Amino acid sequence: MSKDDQILEEFTSKEYEHGWNIDMEADQAPKGLSEDIVRFISAKKEEPEWLLDWRLKAYKKWTQMEEPDWANVKFPKINYQDIIYYSAPKQKVKPKSLDEVDPEMLETFKKLGISLEEQKRLTGVAVDAVFDSVSVATTFKDKLAELGIIFCSFSEAVQDHPELVKKYIGSVVPVNDNYFAALNSAVFSDGSFCYIPKGVRCPMELSTYFRINAANTGQFERTLIVAEEGSYVSYLEGCTAPQRDENQLHAAVVEIYAQADAEVKYSTVQNWYPGDENGKGGIYNFVTKRGICAGDRSKISWTQVETGSAVTWKYPSCILKGDHSQGEFYSVAVTNKMQQADTGTKMIHIGKNTKSRIVSKGVSAGKSQNSYRGQVKVMKRAENARNFSQCDSLLMGNLCGAHTFPYIDIENSSAQVEHEATTSKIGEDQIFYCTQRGIDEESAIALIVNGYCKEVLNQLPMEFAVEAQKLLALTLEGSVG
Amino acid sequence: MLKIEDLHASIEDKEILKGINLEVKPGEVHAIMGPNGSGKSTLASVLAGREDYEVTKGKVTYKEQDLLDLAPEERAREGIFLAFQYPVEIPGVSTTNFLKTAINQIREHRGLEPFDAVSFLKEMKEKMKLVDIDQSLLSRALNEGFSGGEKKRNEVFQMAMLEPTLSILDETDSGLDIDALRIVADGVNKLKTKDNATIVVTHYQRLLEYIVPDYVHVLYNGRIVKSGTKELALELEEKGYDWIKEKTIA
Ligand SMILES: Nc1ncnc2c1ncn2[C@@H]1O[C@H](COP(=O)(O)OP(=O)(O)OP(=O)(O)O)[C@@H](O)[C@H]1O
Ligand SMILES: [Mg+2]
Repeated sequence: MSKDDQILEEFTSKEYEHGWNIDMEADQAPKGLSEDIVRFISAKKEEPEWLLDWRLKAYKKWTQMEEPDWANVKFPKINYQDIIYYSAPKQKVKPKSLDEVDPEMLETFKKLGISLEEQKRLTGVAVDAVFDSVSVATTFKDKLAELGIIFCSFSEAVQDHPELVKKYIGSVVPVNDNYFAALNSAVFSDGSFCYIPKGVRCPMELSTYFRINAANTGQFERTLIVAEEGSYVSYLEGCTAPQRDENQLHAAVVEIYAQADAEVKYSTVQNWYPGDENGKGGIYNFVTKRGICAGDRSKISWTQVETGSAVTWKYPSCILKGDHSQGEFYSVAVTNKMQQADTGTKMIHIGKNTKSRIVSKGVSAGKSQNSYRGQVKVMKRAENARNFSQCDSLLMGNLCGAHTFPYIDIENSSAQVEHEATTSKIGEDQIFYCTQRGIDEESAIALIVNGYCKEVLNQLPMEFAVEAQKLLALTLEGSVG
Repeated sequence: MLKIEDLHASIEDKEILKGINLEVKPGEVHAIMGPNGSGKSTLASVLAGREDYEVTKGKVTYKEQDLLDLAPEERAREGIFLAFQYPVEIPGVSTTNFLKTAINQIREHRGLEPFDAVSFLKEMKEKMKLVDIDQSLLSRALNEGFSGGEKKRNEVFQMAMLEPTLSILDETDSGLDIDALRIVADGVNKLKTKDNATIVVTHYQRLLEYIVPDYVHVLYNGRIVKSGTKELALELEEKGYDWIKEKTIA
């Protein structure tokens, strides 16, 4: 029996006693999940009692739940006792220069048009003082601090702003919301915390900063964004650069809380390793993202570009509680090879005169499966709710699949809900039209796909949109012919 | 410049072109006329490299190369331009963006630096004037919701931008109002040099009053059954195609 197995054996065969017998000095927890592991994580992070209790409650809920099986995805059963739930952030050996970085990675950077400096940051190359990411980050931080904006890692927030974390954590995604959210709540490693005070417009995209700091936040990431009355923030998470991780399972949670007249724009690009031609080795990405428009006239807008992962399970949602509040969801989901994506949104109309808009663009190539799943729910009290949904699917080749699952649930007859769906194929005649003008086939497809996704890409911050466009082209490379 | 010898082409095992012979020299304008379904668009598509058509026999030489060996984009980069009879819509892609991609790929092929934004816009402005096309049309999604005439005018605008060596205009005159016809024809004439050539496919003599052809060919049932000068077009206008059909059957 290996040492890990032994420890595991000990754990599972032993009734819970107070305390634990995991070596607190260890850099990583033994495999598997138990109450003791949750305590270990919390202790390692020196968390206050209330947070430990919160985690334990989540853990307990999780043990009572079943992994959901309703999504249109197939993957081998995950052995949750075979995962290591905590390892100390390691100082990796930094490459000295870009010459030491995987050339394939560099080639991709080049195709995405990512600057040399940024390439260094993303690959962790030690950079000279001028471009030292820490100092750049500090400059940002000072500027934000002047405005009272808090933007830091989740762990830091727990230490420095416990009252805010305590107030809002789990307020949008309760611990027992779903299987993966419960798992995340029990074991989340780190993530980001963002707080915009009353009446403050965040003067910059919280993206540059993030990318600089996008150090491995781990597989159970947690983000909490709180926008106080009348504030505004545009927040960007993720990265167009391909991301690999030896952890196959990723289960993140994002919560957004918008008070009256606040507006939060959340954009993300997801490019986790999708696996090889046979889907081997890809990341499973099971994310719970939800925002609540708690106050009147508040607005939350989700924009996502999903190109990576072997299996994606993700439904950024809005709870439109405040009167006149608005929710938006703009999504591009591209699947190729053996990828499977089941993604969409939920718009829950509770307040009066609430509005929601859904624009979903699916692109399927190879042998992939791409599903849109969306729910529009109008509650009894929601007078004059409006929803518009547009779900388009674009197919490339005959081996892939596109599916649409709209659920509409209306309890107030004054609601106006519109749903449009189209499925199309990239036409031979469209490609020929492009090649006849001297454009090669791959560029032609990129052009057509980008045109098709334009409405969504337009929502992204400018410099990011350009990268996202290139990313789409890259994802579809070699998918025709 | 272009030499077509005994060209046969079929689609889905149906032979459409049944032995075309045609030679086009620099500076020349050739008109191709003929009844519906005779194979005019097929010929244009085969020359441009559309893969749906299978060339079963024959040879096409273009600028001393075997044209049939080249991929469609290579033909385009070598200066072949087809103004489509039915231009397709590409949602979300503006004409401007589309042309910029095309021109820069062509320039790359020719070993030139890509156009920077300023030179590209300058070029656009010039050519817009030439075919009297409106800026607002060019920033809209390519051909999406364009009127029939707007689509055709946009084709000629693209031709002006790409400066081809051999232009094939497939019924570019259909759908144009009288003024537009004159403007478009003017544009085509202004683009004419002693080094490039044009093949115009048309049903109407009227276009040939503006774009005066050196030769007129009648395509019927996959063959060129009659060739002549611009007077032939007049004769066709007057008599229709029946007399040619009768003659070929006889
Ligand atoms: N995909 C196809 N399958 C079967 N037949 C086809 C196909 N495409 C074209 N054809 C046939 O080939 C013949 C020639 O068509 P083509 O479009 O070249 O005619 P055309 O001379 O351009 O006619 P028009 O004056 O109406 O434009 C027609 O009989 C047409 O039906
Ligand atoms: Mg035709």
